[in-house]
Amino acid sequence: MIDKIVPSAAAALADVPDGATVMIGGFGTAGLPNELTDALLAQGATGLTIVNNNAGNGDTGLAALIGAGRVRKIICSFPRQADSWHFDRAYRAGTLELELVPQGNLAERIRAAGAGIGGFFTPTGYGTELAKGKETRLIDGRGHVLESPIHADFALIKAERGDRWGNLVYRMTARNFGPVMAMAARVTVASVHELVQLGSLDPEAVVTPGLFVQRVVQVPRSSTAAGGFRSAA
Amino acid sequence: MSMNKWTKDQMAARVAQDIKDGAVVNLGIGMPTLVANHLPAGREVMMHSENGVIGMGPAPPEGEEDYDLINAGKQPVTLLPGGAFFHHADSFAMMRGGHLDVCVLGAFQVSAKGDLANWHTGAPGAIPAVGGAMDLAIGAKRTFVMMEHTTKTGEPKIVAQCSYPLTGVACVSRIYTDLGVLDITPEGVKVVEIVPGLSFEALQAVTAAPLIR
Repeated sequence: MIDKIVPSAAAALADVPDGATVMIGGFGTAGLPNELTDALLAQGATGLTIVNNNAGNGDTGLAALIGAGRVRKIICSFPRQADSWHFDRAYRAGTLELELVPQGNLAERIRAAGAGIGGFFTPTGYGTELAKGKETRLIDGRGHVLESPIHADFALIKAERGDRWGNLVYRMTARNFGPVMAMAARVTVASVHELVQLGSLDPEAVVTPGLFVQRVVQVPRSSTAAGGFRSAA
Repeated sequence: MSMNKWTKDQMAARVAQDIKDGAVVNLGIGMPTLVANHLPAGREVMMHSENGVIGMGPAPPEGEEDYDLINAGKQPVTLLPGGAFFHHADSFAMMRGGHLDVCVLGAFQVSAKGDLANWHTGAPGAIPAVGGAMDLAIGAKRTFVMMEHTTKTGEPKIVAQCSYPLTGVACVSRIYTDLGVLDITPEGVKVVEIVPGLSFEALQAVTAAPLIR
């Protein structure tokens, strides 16, 4: 029998080692798996490399992990937010390494890892600071940059509903990075608000097929609030 | 020196004129989001947001916000009938794959060749953040820039070469400012329209790249 349901977030994350690369889903706070990041903080693993679109909001979740000094490096597209003070402080103190990646390259590098692609050429970032030192190639007359896959040991993602095989559906824009991160990690832990009987998710509408998910944890539904930008060009 | 200027809403209305019925459009954060308020009646467009939604509608009434349904600026939005959700790699495939007709972006600077600088001032101590700017800039069939013609201190923002770090190379097709509309062409920066009452020479005086008529 296949049963990926684990009783708690703590149980789902008990074996995250120090130095692990951990993907965390979410864009702003939509799709952020708050209960899983809280459990990761409580679990104590340190020296982590975190992959997330942002770099934490307020004093909870990823921001709390950074504040507690657990994060060695962050790979993200948009660290600077109105309420990213934990990131700002650690970055300025030089205790947190930042790998800044254009958002589409971030998504595609994660997807590539999950799809077994060894790298890809993309026009995004060509001729900019973020392509410095990277191999480039002219393809059909247009400059492209070679980008590498991003693999992870763990992915923490949030979905709306799931079953014991790990099949997932999401809710609106909370889907964001969840499906690609699920593919790219050795162990994907999904929090869901509803656990449903096997066979009751519409197979035509399953977004993440269960093989990409190793552990499913049910958490109570809670409201989210989006973090805003400090400034925008 | 005082001169006639378009307001932000007039600029947005001017951009909206150039968005055709049926277009797939991405509006950048900040001033470009105003364009949605000025689309002429009867023009149906599909609004895309990088965080995985197409067919995005206006902001919900107060009290009906759902923070699982937000735009790239993390503000609550609505979904129109026909709208759809998708994951981030698909969302950026829509950009990079050339499936968007138009994106409208803000800018610090645009060069005469259409290079765009809009993500980072490069100032010492500034924390860099790029988001989807580089993907958007090079992805859409046409990249429109909407910005003030000069900085707050009067420095031209249309320049021979960008001094700020680039977002994309030769990616801008048209610039809408508070003083006019300008196209990036192989021959140079071509004036399409000037705010009423402003001369070509006066526009040239606040532009750091040669203009052509």
